[in-house]
Amino acid sequence: MKTIRDLFRDYRFLFSFIVLVIILIMAILSAFSPYDPTLWNVVPKELKPSAKYLLGTDSNGQDVFWQATFAVRNSLIISLIAGLVSRVIAILVAMVAGYRGGTIDRVLMFIGDSLLVIPLFLIIVMVAMMLRKFMNLVVLGLLLSFFGWAWDARTIRSVILSLREREFTKTAVLSGTGTIKLVLKEYMPFAMPLIFSTLINNIAWAIGLEITLAFLGLVNLNIPTLGTMLNWAIYYQSILLGRWWWVLTPVVLSLFLFIALYWLSVSISEYLDPRTRIQRVGAA
Amino acid sequence: MAFVKRYLIPRLIQYVLVVWLGITVVFFIPRVTPNDPVMAMVGILRARGATLEPGAMDGIIRDLTEMYGLEGSWSDQYWAFWGRLFHGDFGVSFYQYPAHVNQLISTAMPWTLGLLLTTTAISWIVGNIIGGLAGYYSRKGWSRTLDAIGMVIRPLPYYIFAFALLLLFASTLVFRWFPVTGGTSLGARPTFTWVYIKDVLWHSALPALSLTILGGAVNFQTMKLIVQNVNAENFVQYAKLGGVTEDRIVNKYIIRNALLPQITGLALSLGQIFSGALITEIVFSYPGMGMLLYNSILRGDYNLIMGIVIFSIVGITTAILIVDLTYPLFDPRVRYK
Repeated sequence: MKTIRDLFRDYRFLFSFIVLVIILIMAILSAFSPYDPTLWNVVPKELKPSAKYLLGTDSNGQDVFWQATFAVRNSLIISLIAGLVSRVIAILVAMVAGYRGGTIDRVLMFIGDSLLVIPLFLIIVMVAMMLRKFMNLVVLGLLLSFFGWAWDARTIRSVILSLREREFTKTAVLSGTGTIKLVLKEYMPFAMPLIFSTLINNIAWAIGLEITLAFLGLVNLNIPTLGTMLNWAIYYQSILLGRWWWVLTPVVLSLFLFIALYWLSVSISEYLDPRTRIQRVGAA
Repeated sequence: MAFVKRYLIPRLIQYVLVVWLGITVVFFIPRVTPNDPVMAMVGILRARGATLEPGAMDGIIRDLTEMYGLEGSWSDQYWAFWGRLFHGDFGVSFYQYPAHVNQLISTAMPWTLGLLLTTTAISWIVGNIIGGLAGYYSRKGWSRTLDAIGMVIRPLPYYIFAFALLLLFASTLVFRWFPVTGGTSLGARPTFTWVYIKDVLWHSALPALSLTILGGAVNFQTMKLIVQNVNAENFVQYAKLGGVTEDRIVNKYIIRNALLPQITGLALSLGQIFSGALITEIVFSYPGMGMLLYNSILRGDYNLIMGIVIFSIVGITTAILIVDLTYPLFDPRVRYK
């Protein structure tokens, strides 16, 4: 309880929390939408926001507000799949590389470093183009997770490396603890906070990449996401024609989402670092 | 000699391996994904309503297979692929047939290079200077204000920020100071006149601004943090107590120590900056590599995409190598080890 109270003293954590709760409520609201998000021309086209159509309607004849609820939900699904699966990959790579060391460490880290150096975005674009026909939420999530583990594997590995040198590792090994049990039971609790903060960053990255790919037309444009909403708004020239309610909805939603995720990860990692925590909330 | 053996040679080997790995991945992606670029192209031809004699389609399929380098076994294809690469031959583009991919890339390249080099240089230098000052005077009000602004700008992806600028300064919604799209006014001819140069600068102002602000915010934040940390180190405290002048402490001790991770950071983030520049170009319809990529994706121009990706991999890894090789110039510890 005290941890949570301390965290809420940080205005950034408070802001992130409120924004994320609102966005989550929006995502849940999608279940109560009166319209099917894949159908067109269910409402009159291009109306300004009003009491009946909260955020107006678009040129496809869809209600922007209800479309946005689906967009938020789907973007969150994609990024959660990407974040969680890539966490599994990153943890496995980090544990194996960090604990085993030697050749396997060098090979794994070389692959990871190569992923960091190569303009990954272009490779993802190429794969997405090849998989265009098969694109859906899960495929996209898995595609992103496959490329999104390198940096975090490196960070987690460095924690494992330092843990391996600690006294308790020797105690555990000498008293007959198996490698798998040692890694899961003894190391994981230490790495967990770091893994959580990399998860948040990875979710933000995945949402961003989804928008980019949608913007390039490389996802299924009939599934509403933040990216495809933006894509349709641009496709119908809504900036030039002054249909601000349509183009601003995905832009503002993603603006707040990105800031909230970043501030959440910053405030949590500052809290986890005792030196900065003392500055902020006093001795904990 | 020890420097060459310990630093230079391993780094060069790593460079060659990364380029090899990247290009090999590019080679295998279309071959392991369940998609046949030849049949996709044939599908596009059919959809356009081309009616052909029965035998002609076989000829087209054969020609396309050859143009994509898809004949023979995988290992044959792989060797032929490298052979063509070493001749600098990426094949012909489909959407601007019969232009060569090389030709298209070399027309687009100067635009991207111009935008990228200027914005990266400005954002790195300005971001580091302001970040360094803000880190040294971290208790001042202006430093805190800048930090708060950085906290808002930093997490924004390139295209979202680009859109925000576009909506603010180029659309009819708020201000209409800058053009919405393009690299020049319609029909402007490239000449070395002041009018043309001014036109280009005016069109690239917003894309450059969005790249500079985002890149600068990242550099500002990291530099501020590093300087704050270095400032708290024992040797700085000792120098202060020993009566070393503030100028000397800042120039000789703090900046030199703080810049090192920033050089590594620049090398590591070059790939991201490049991707960001591509997206920004697309948002502003700026006629560089990003726009070329966008058009080739829209038209399914496979050779062109391969060309762009391979070109970018080699370009970015080489740029990172160059940044890394300048590192010993700044860090004597690497030089003398």
